[in-house]
Amino acid sequence: MIRDAALVAGKDLRLEWRSRVGIGQVLPFAVLCVLLFAFALDPDRNILERATAGLFWMIVLFAAVLTVQRTFAVEGDDGVLDALRLSGLSPASIYLGKVAALIAQLVVLEVVLAVAMAVLYDTTFRGWLLVAGIAGLATLGIAGAGASYGVVGLRLGGAETLLPLLLLPLLAPVLIAATRGFDIAFGRAAGPGWPWAALLGIFAVVYLGLGAILFRPLMEDA
Amino acid sequence: METTPVVRLRDAVAVVGRFPALAGVDLDVDAGEIVLVRGPNGAGKTTLLRMCAGLVPIVSGSAEVLGVDVVASPAAVRRRVGLLGHATFLYADLTVEENLAFWTRAAGARRADGRAALDRLGVPERVHGLAVRSLSTGQRRRVSFAAMVARRPELWLLDEPHAGLDASGRDIVDSLIGDAVAAGATVMFASHELDRAEDVAHRSVTLAGGVIAGTATGPDASDRPDPIEGAAG
Amino acid sequence: MTIQQPVEPVPPTSGGRVAASTSTSSRGTRILGFAVLAGLVALVIFGVFISPPDAELGETIRILYMHVPTVSAAYVAFVVTAIASGMYLWRRSEFWDLLGASSAELGVLFFALTIFNGMMWGKITWGVFWRWEPRLTTTTVLFLTYLGYLAVRQVPSNVRTRGTVSAVIGILAVVNIPITHKAVDWWRGLHQEKTIFGTVDPDMRGTQLFTAYLALVVFLGLFVWLLIHRFRLAWLTERAEDRGLDTAIAERRAEA
Repeated sequence: MIRDAALVAGKDLRLEWRSRVGIGQVLPFAVLCVLLFAFALDPDRNILERATAGLFWMIVLFAAVLTVQRTFAVEGDDGVLDALRLSGLSPASIYLGKVAALIAQLVVLEVVLAVAMAVLYDTTFRGWLLVAGIAGLATLGIAGAGASYGVVGLRLGGAETLLPLLLLPLLAPVLIAATRGFDIAFGRAAGPGWPWAALLGIFAVVYLGLGAILFRPLMEDA
Repeated sequence: METTPVVRLRDAVAVVGRFPALAGVDLDVDAGEIVLVRGPNGAGKTTLLRMCAGLVPIVSGSAEVLGVDVVASPAAVRRRVGLLGHATFLYADLTVEENLAFWTRAAGARRADGRAALDRLGVPERVHGLAVRSLSTGQRRRVSFAAMVARRPELWLLDEPHAGLDASGRDIVDSLIGDAVAAGATVMFASHELDRAEDVAHRSVTLAGGVIAGTATGPDASDRPDPIEGAAG
Repeated sequence: MTIQQPVEPVPPTSGGRVAASTSTSSRGTRILGFAVLAGLVALVIFGVFISPPDAELGETIRILYMHVPTVSAAYVAFVVTAIASGMYLWRRSEFWDLLGASSAELGVLFFALTIFNGMMWGKITWGVFWRWEPRLTTTTVLFLTYLGYLAVRQVPSNVRTRGTVSAVIGILAVVNIPITHKAVDWWRGLHQEKTIFGTVDPDMRGTQLFTAYLALVVFLGLFVWLLIHRFRLAWLTERAEDRGLDTAIAERRAEA
């Protein structure tokens, strides 16, 4: 199953590389958001640096919605979804492959975003261990939930406008936990950061597990 | 001697949206048969093939394919059939080689099978490294066919296999069908090219109004009066 | 929803035609309906007139009598949806699909009521319609989550796909409830004063306590009554579609 998942992930990433949507569209969109927030919140008022954690994860969520849409849009053309159902790949391995590809793309996004914010908002990223832990677990949860809802949109015949409405309320606890965790890591808030990481971990485990199981009925049914 | 039919449909009703594309189909196909499905546009031929592939559920009646109840275990059916449809079933942005590599490995076949299939379908080497998007319709069709053939399915479901191909392509398709049956597979195909199709097929069934309206065997089929001729459609 | 002639209740698990029934009411629901109505009247009397104002909350405790039951009914509704979703994926029967969908609709309705009377309470107590206190925030997030569920059911697709997709979303959404609760509580609980939104205040005595429990019972009864009617409505709709299908099949065969 791991091999099949790797096959699917490899295919997704190769497609992504070929079409350059992630690099050419989503990353610029994320950097654009950084700029736009600066216009909206005025760099002179000392808000940007304080709000970095929240703005970071907001942009990640929006870009994640776009990335999920894209990942599943490619399966909507040319009858490829039917071909996947006929292929003999187990639904769980397709799911894991999609999740892996999403994680790879999200990690790239987060790194680029962090660099952009460090430069433009003059933020210092501290507490690296906590930051990495929080970001990693949050990304796992976002990818896990995103893959489940992405295929829902696909099965409903490309109802892409539905995806934000479905995915974002679900990711609300991720946003809360990740932002609070980052604030603590940056030294901007007091308190233990690891409970937030634990919550993110629970979210990730639950949604990855359920996602893998529930992918089967979503793929099997005509 | 195999007595279980490869395809066994009893009063199968399949619904697309709320529309009953198949309105009660009875059909038996035995192992090693080549069956032509004829009928006017909108008769339900595509739905019939997709239903046998396990992609479209039936809402009443029964459907057994390769001995498996399609309603109960569609996944068990799907990996053993091959479908050639109107869509290419290929990733447009990947190359021919990448597509074959992916689909053959997904099915558990070897990459060599994929290359052999491309050769068989007459897809030239120079095209292998091109993205599917940049191929002509006929070439894409050949690649789709190759991807299906490489998986060695037990039941071939072909929706207008000759469409979009030039003369050499059509010859290849006919010989592929013959070879597949000789190797133990069963073939069901829909076609509007009746002359050619009836030469290849062992028998033909006529689908109209979502049900089987007639059946004929052998090369004399074209001599029988066509019950569809002149009817609404 | 009721018409003149009394009709046999539609047995929910029968797959047969329902030729005669054109109403969703039955003897059972009429009895329940009257009981709930009587309960509501009693609740108004107790809630508004008889029970005394609270020591801490003053007259605003009267909003609490409605607020707690509406949020409880909503949670019951979503648990029902979650169970129905799981059963549908296991058993694939139409009953579970329609039950889950009907319950989710009511859940969204009760959530909306909860948010509304929460805002009313806030306006009176704090002077503003909104404060980021845990319960209200969580409720709003969950409200939006289940709006998504309803949106999914509106998308045109075949019945089996719709049922599967709704069931999956129902399960994914319900699992998010405790996680969201925890996150919001940790987050807001540190800053905000604890409000009375939540469980029945244990300091309530006598008539107040009685009214609170009466409200809970009455609203749950209301929920059940609404659920039965909504479910039957959905069931009859599907039966009408089925008959449409038979006609369509006959027309289809006549094409030949």
